[in-house]
This record gives sequence, C-alpha cells and structure tokens, in this order.
Amino acid sequence: MTVEVRSREQDGVTVVELDGEITSVTSGELQQRLLPLIGRSSTTVIDLTQVPYISSAGLRTLLLVHRRALREATSTILVGLSEEVRFVMSSTGFLNFFDVRESASSVLGAVRE
Amino acid sequence: MSVTERIDAYPTRTIGGYGVRAGRPLPFGATPVPAGVNFSVYSEKATRMWLVLFEPGAEQPLAELEFPAAFRIGSVFAMTVFGLDGGSLDDERLEYGFRAEGPFDPEHGDRFDATRVLSDPYARMISGRDVWGTEPDRDRPCPYRSRLVPDDFDWGDDAPLRIPTEDLVVYELHVRGFTRHPSAQVSAPGTYAGLREKIPYLKELGVNCVELMPVFEFDEHDNPRSDPGTGEPLLDYWGYNTVGFFAPKAGYAATGRFGMQADEFKTMVKELHAAGIEVVLDVVFNHTAEGNEQGPTISFRGLDNATYYMLTPAGDYYNFSGTGNTVNCNHPVVRDFILNCLRHWVSEYHIDGFRFDLAAILDRAPDGTPLANPPLLEQLAHDPVLRHCKLIAEAWDAAGLYEVGSFPDYGRWAEWNGQYRDTVRRFLKGDPGTAGELATRVVGSPDLYTGRGTAASVNFVTAHDGFTLHDLVSYNDKHNEANGEGNADGANDNNSWNCGAEGPTEDPEIQRLRMRQMKNAMAILLTSQGVPMLLAGDELARTQAGNNNTYCQDNELSWQDWSPHETGEELYRFVRSLIAFRHAHPLLRGADHPGVCSGSDVSWHGTRAWEPDWSADSRLLAVLRTGDEQIYVAMNSHWEPHDLELPTPQSGTDWYLVADTAAEPPYDIHQPGAEPPLTDPGHYRIAPRSTVILLAR
Repeated sequence: MTVEVRSREQDGVTVVELDGEITSVTSGELQQRLLPLIGRSSTTVIDLTQVPYISSAGLRTLLLVHRRALREATSTILVGLSEEVRFVMSSTGFLNFFDVRESASSVLGAVRE
Repeated sequence: MSVTERIDAYPTRTIGGYGVRAGRPLPFGATPVPAGVNFSVYSEKATRMWLVLFEPGAEQPLAELEFPAAFRIGSVFAMTVFGLDGGSLDDERLEYGFRAEGPFDPEHGDRFDATRVLSDPYARMISGRDVWGTEPDRDRPCPYRSRLVPDDFDWGDDAPLRIPTEDLVVYELHVRGFTRHPSAQVSAPGTYAGLREKIPYLKELGVNCVELMPVFEFDEHDNPRSDPGTGEPLLDYWGYNTVGFFAPKAGYAATGRFGMQADEFKTMVKELHAAGIEVVLDVVFNHTAEGNEQGPTISFRGLDNATYYMLTPAGDYYNFSGTGNTVNCNHPVVRDFILNCLRHWVSEYHIDGFRFDLAAILDRAPDGTPLANPPLLEQLAHDPVLRHCKLIAEAWDAAGLYEVGSFPDYGRWAEWNGQYRDTVRRFLKGDPGTAGELATRVVGSPDLYTGRGTAASVNFVTAHDGFTLHDLVSYNDKHNEANGEGNADGANDNNSWNCGAEGPTEDPEIQRLRMRQMKNAMAILLTSQGVPMLLAGDELARTQAGNNNTYCQDNELSWQDWSPHETGEELYRFVRSLIAFRHAHPLLRGADHPGVCSGSDVSWHGTRAWEPDWSADSRLLAVLRTGDEQIYVAMNSHWEPHDLELPTPQSGTDWYLVADTAAEPPYDIHQPGAEPPLTDPGHYRIAPRSTVILLAR
C-alpha cells in the first residue's frame, strides 16, 4: 500500500497531489518522497483532495514536512481537506500549525496576484 | 554530524518470529528504543511471562513471545522487540498485553490466571472502549489492550501555569456532560475537543481552573444496574473506576476511534493554558475496576495481586473504598506506580494539579492502619516533577476514616473542605447555632488548617457528588429512583431546603426565594478565604431533578443544558460579576488566616457594628475585612429583615453597594466602579434570607 505522489511546478509554486490513505503503513515512504520536493520553490502546496484519511502517524509526517519547509525558509499550504480529515486535524490540534486553503487553484491565483 | 547506529539496535535471538534482545527493566511499560520497543513488566511471583501482540481489532493474538529467563532482572521481565524483516514495530498497528503464569492461591494473596491476557499497568493508551457507549463484545479476549503513544506533541512554550493556589476559582466539570447536550452547539459534543470550544465561555465566566472528573481510561459499561422505567442498562457515567491509569479516556475524544485521544487531550490542555485556565484532574487511586473476588481480572490482579491490593490475613480484599478492593498505596512498588503515573500526567500532559478521590486511603498501611507519616503522601509532596502542582485530597474514605483538617499535608496538601460545605448549607437553610461556625469557615477554617494557610481549604457548597445548587434549594430529599436502587443510593444528609415546595413549582414567591438562596450561596462562597470551587452548571441553575448521585445517568439529567432561560441568565450574570469581584480584590483571597502576620484584619459584626451575635438563635453575621481597602459582607439567613448599623469605614472613604441578593437584577450586583453609594451611609436594611456586600472607597 502506498500513497501516490504527483508533483508539478506552476507559477513558481510546487504543487504536490497525494492520493491514498496516509497511515503508519504508508507514511514512511511518503516522507521519503515528499522531503526532496521541499524547498524547490518558495511555496509547496500539498493537495489532499484524494486523501480520505490521515492517521496519527500520517499527521506527524505532514507536520514534519512542514517543519522542514520552515527550516528552509519556505512555506507549505494544505488544500483539498475532506470534512473528515479537517475534523480530525482540528480536534487533535494539528490544524493550528498549517496554512490551510480551499484548493490549489485558489493558492495559485493568490500567488499570481 | 552523522548519527552512528547503535550496536544494540540488533536482536540477539528470535522468539515467535520476532527479533529480540534482553530489555531494560526501567522504565516500566512499552518504550520506543532504536529500531524497536522495550517492554518491561514487574511481577514478584510470576513463574513465566509472555508478551502478547495483537493487530488492532484482531480477536486472536498475532504472536506470543515468552520472556526468556535471561531477560529477567530481579522481579522485572524486560525485552526489546524489533520489527519483522528488520523493520521497527509499527506502533500504530500494534496492541499488546501480558500473560503471566504463577500460583493461584488466594489465601496467600495470589490470583494468577495464565489464560488471561492482561493490560499493562503502564499502558499509555488503552483500546477497547474507543467510542463512548458502543456495545462491547464481552467474549473478546483481552478487552482492554495496551498501545503506544508518540510523545512528540508540540507544546510550543506551554507549561503548567503555577497560579497561586489562593487565587484559583475552580470549576468542577464532567468532560462528556459539559458539552454532550445538543444545546451546547459544539462540533464534537461530549469530547475534549468540545470542551475546547467552550473555553471562551469559561474565560468570560472568570474561572481560572477546571477540575476534570475522571479522565483516566475506564469502562462505562461497568455498571450492573438498569433503568427501572425502561429496563435499559445504565452506564458508569462518572468513571470512578479506572482501567488504565496512564491512558486518557478514549470515549471522551472525538478522535478516540482513530486512537488520537492523547493529541486531542493535549491540545485541549494547551488551549486552556493559553486562556489562563489551569487543569486539575480528579484521580482515583484508591481502588481499580477489578472489584472484589467476583470482579474481572484486567491487570493488577493477574500480575501481582498481593502487591497491588490490601488483603486481609485470609487473603480477601479489604474494602475501604466501598467498591470491592483497595489499592495498597503505601507498598513501595505501588508508591512508585502512583508517583510515576502523576509524573507522566504532569510532564506529558502538562497537568497543573490533582484532586485525589477518597484520599484517606492513601495514608493507610498495607493492613489498613492509618499512618501518621504515610510515605506515599510525603513522596508526592516533595517530588521534583510534582513540586509545583496542586495536590488536593478528598480527605476521607468509605470506611470511616475522616481526615478533614488532619490529612498529613507536608506543607503541600490542600483538602476538599467538607465542613465548609455542611456549615454553609446549614446556615443557608436557617439552622440555629451556625453563625459561630460560619465565621470560622469564611476565613479559611483556621480551626482545621492552622499553620497551613487558607489555601489548604478548598471551599465548596456543591460538587459532582450530591445536589446541584439549584436542587439544593429545590428539594428536601434526594430523588434517585432513576438509578435503579429504589432511592437507596446517594447521601441522605444533604442539609438542603426546598424553599416551600418539593421540586418544580409555579409559585413565584418560592422561585424568587430559590434564586436568592442560590445567590446567597455563591456570594458567601466567593467572598470566603480559601479556594472556591464551583460545580459546572451551577451558575446556570442546572438541575438534576433532585437526583443527588447521577453517577449512572448519561442523559439530560446530567448533561449541561445550554438553552437560554431567564433564571440561568440572571444567575450567570450574578456569578460572573462575583468572580470578577473576587479577582479584583486580593483582600478576599488572603492566604493567611486572620491574625497571622497578614496585611489584613478581620472583624465581626451583627445588627450593631462591632457586636456580633454568637448566640444559638443568631442567623445574622457580618464580616469586615480591612487591608488596603475594606470589604463588608453581611449574611442573613433569618426570615426577617434586619437594620444593620455599619462599622465606620476608614477615614476618607464611604460605603458603596456591591451586591444585595434581595435586589432585583440588574441591581443585585453592580459592575466595578459603578457601585452606588448608600443612601443612608451608616445603615443598611438587609432583607430576609439575603447577603449584602459593601466596599469602602
């Protein structure tokens, strides 16, 4: 079981689309694939539209990526959170750490302006 | 700098398909180590011990790993287990327990049962009751399974707040009951996350400490009784029946079904702290959910019955807790267990203090004898990690040991002052002969706490155990029929008075009197020295329909109803203003008893200034506190009005009216700076059954 990772550069922003459940089973590999993408541009958008569930280990992976981005003086933005994912992240406090937007296109529009 | 791999990150042998090596005996429990997990468990008399691994949800174990003899140091079985294929154990996909073989010889205290998989006493998380109230599968082997929790929570700069104890206003609440009612309008009703959404309310009310009723993992299904009306099983709603002492209650977490209760709990604490509110936990170390001989074997009984429980010479359970067993608190191993547990909650969850249920049991020797110098209490008082947290004793137990005022305190322990509660209640209902004792209570009970200061006294009129404030003034008798014991459960000596009719009434006179009585109770409580504790919802006139023991009522009887109503709004405004008044005037919070080298002075007054009436039929008492300012509180529980001659305020000041519980709102309490001067500066007519607060400025 893996999480599919598709990345592209657009308007100076790195957009990373994830597809699949992020759990302890998938988060190790995901982390290895995500970390090299951080710092390629000043902003990394992580699109979770195709992520139905993120476990405790998965949330930690996202936070780790976020921390790494901060260390490299870049930012991460989460988009496309399902209601369930948002609820879990909100209840456990993880939501507080992230910049969360509606969708990748809203971020790209804002950056272009 | 590169990190060199440790040489102990490799197994020395294989057991049950897993690479293992001899573990470290300390710390107890399951601890992540490089490439693996260290498991350590103590048992004095076990002859063999197995580590049992499960996949989450699976009925049967994934593997059983017997601890080799070489992995035993002293009476501790310790083993480090590495993952399959050289990987590390996936703590998210791992549940575990222990199986212990040893003698079954109850007469000598041993009750080993090698057929049972036991939960780890040190389990950081317990699965099995992940969603509140869902029907348990009683045939499932090992119903309460131990799990690991990452200890990497990002606290930012948060730390326990260290608010001086005498400055606290404590608010006792039930995590589920506080927001479970639909009217709470939170996104996750009845949970830690739901409570978090109510922080703005707590802040506005002005309390700076929440005391949470038990939040250690317990089994809400552990109650044999049924609703006499519907036949539906009743739950153990309160949870004074711990299953896992290191584990937060999963069913109180919106994310419990995902095993994220620890993060949710910590986020709640962090945000309460950010709002200036401390978190005190109600902890139950006096007994466990294993009950007596008939009870389930969950953990302690199967690991080391004679160590963890107080046993009679015949090997039976002592029952000082009234619930079947009694934890052997002053056994050195159990002392360490309790100490480590509290350290865990302070360091890992940033808890600010603890209230110990039936704490008198904590000073009993293994044979039940009360100790003059109980080592456990001394140890807790002086422990470096617990050094600044609040320690509050419910200083009695269910076997008649009553230590209010005499609990071994080591300069650290405070107590729930049951005498404060009883005295204020008796005074309020107009009992004769209470004025003298009331005087002692409102200045921090120097008769009980000489040398300990007023902060040793946690003052309260109501608590979870007993009537709510509304019911205290609405019922003469308890009405516990819904508990399924024919109204035989719950306390009978409530010192309550219904003001003229039992229960709900349309009589406006009675309604007005009840409102005034509730305000009187709050006014006395919040102007007394000592630490005031409010029962959640009392500021909104919460009712339990006369039930004074709602331990099993997981329904509207217990849940806080947030729907606006006139009575609630009026009382809320009064209480909120009173709390603000207390915070604004250090004179009310003096840590020293009167006459003890403090910057304030207390004097007593009656209808005549400087002439208190201590006679048996006196129902009027006024207390004047003088420091940098002066506050005068007159308490009249007489059914007649009295003309008070006021003591002359310090030169250059006049009396201003802060509160009069007999006045109609908004004149019942005045906002800071807007207090009106008295029309007749030297006199005040106090109405029947009312309380008046004056401020000289």
